[in-house]
Amino acid sequence: MTILRARPGALCALLLLSLDACGNQAAAEAPVMVFAAASLSAPFQPLARAFEARTPGCKLELHFAGTSQLVVQVEQGAAVDVFASADDANMQKLVAAGLVGSEPRLFARNALAIATAAGNPKGIRSLLDLARADLRVLLCGPEVPAGRYAREALAKAAVTVRSVSDEPSVKAVVSKVQLGEVDAGIVYATDAATAGAKVAAVAIPGEHNVVATCPIAVLSKGRNRAVGEQFVAFVLSRQGQDILKSFGFQSP
Amino acid sequence: MTSRRTTRSLALPLTAGVLALFFALPLLGLLLRAPWSRTGSVLGSGPVLDALWLSLQCSTAAAVLSALCGLPLAAWLAAGAGWQRTVVRVLVTLPMVLPPVVAGVALLLAYGRGGIAGGQLEAWFAFSLPFTVPGVIVAETYVAMPFFVLTAEAGLRSFDRRYAQAAATLGASPWHSFWLVTVPMIAPSLRAGIVVAWARALGEFGATIMFAGNLAGHTRTMPLAVYVALENDTDAAIVLSLVLVAVSAAFLFLLRRQWFPVR
Repeated sequence: MTILRARPGALCALLLLSLDACGNQAAAEAPVMVFAAASLSAPFQPLARAFEARTPGCKLELHFAGTSQLVVQVEQGAAVDVFASADDANMQKLVAAGLVGSEPRLFARNALAIATAAGNPKGIRSLLDLARADLRVLLCGPEVPAGRYAREALAKAAVTVRSVSDEPSVKAVVSKVQLGEVDAGIVYATDAATAGAKVAAVAIPGEHNVVATCPIAVLSKGRNRAVGEQFVAFVLSRQGQDILKSFGFQSP
Repeated sequence: MTSRRTTRSLALPLTAGVLALFFALPLLGLLLRAPWSRTGSVLGSGPVLDALWLSLQCSTAAAVLSALCGLPLAAWLAAGAGWQRTVVRVLVTLPMVLPPVVAGVALLLAYGRGGIAGGQLEAWFAFSLPFTVPGVIVAETYVAMPFFVLTAEAGLRSFDRRYAQAAATLGASPWHSFWLVTVPMIAPSLRAGIVVAWARALGEFGATIMFAGNLAGHTRTMPLAVYVALENDTDAAIVLSLVLVAVSAAFLFLLRRQWFPVR
């Protein structure tokens, strides 16, 4: 009985201690929540590590998904400090909703490419080939930036392509090319280049290509916007731009 | 003493009330946020009706397939013990605990164009399941059938075998006694299994979008339509969610005696 009686006190003490520890931590280093487009996942991990290394005590939490899905989450109240979009239209949605706390700034550009199986077994050379009846082609949905850009590029090339599905993010298209479920997908050049040995990239010539512009901004409902500002500045800095370039992104 | 007894007798209904609220609030959230004035225009659009019709067809097909394939499986599982049955039971139960997206990837690796069995399907018949309506049905059956098999097995195990033995002494073959004695007697469990499997298939999202893709008018079921609408038009997404809730609730209500037998 005595042990049982003693326990609540000990528990409370433990609880208070742990609460106290959390409180101190929160004051010193509330993690900075960064939402970034799926296509930015490769460069943003080293970007975040480099930023944490030069800003001791700061912790970034990265979350990647299709840009349009991230916008929904922010609109529904997610506490996000920094938002990096794969297109301007989705950033403007948040600006219009009054959820952006700083002027969005372009930090990277990215061209489109055709992703095929390694060795390009179906001999796909251009966007025109994607209309071939023997090919199974995959695009993102039109609400996803990569899907919208891809449709713009196809319109420029005057090609009609029937996508077998409207995928929710560009990474979903890449993984289905990797798995061999489709013969080709229109993705960002950076995705095709970093997708590994099972994927080959077919370049899209300039006259048909659409260049994606990626804006970044600090959002108004974040919990650690001050450090968020610093991270945005870092992404735009020489060091940040070098990291992005090493993954195939172009400077704005 | 009386007051204590009253407190105790009230404890259960009170707890039930609080928990009912836990389930009712999300629904209330949808109802309060619904743009009632736009309901008509959202529902009248072709794509919504396409998605609803596809969902009803595919979930029904998945429930029927679950019952047809699941009953012999459940009969075998219930007929004895041993490690073979344990292994099979774990295999059959696995889709219930797998995150649906993982189930979708696993289905691609098995029955996709580049998959273990799917590669042969493509080579022999030039047919592949992903991005097709049969693909939707396969994905839904994969996640829904376990619900039928486990319910049917529980029914078969609680079945008093003396009835089957009595039928045998009267000259019925095992086949006859299974269909004419056992199945009618465990019918409540079987019906419950079909309804639960159907409900699971109707709400299926992760495995479907991964395995069968998401193309309007083709493989986009209601849950996928809700997901797409959420990114374009939140109001429309809420209307679609409510339609799905209403359809499911109506069916569960109509079939209430099937999945929850009142004795």
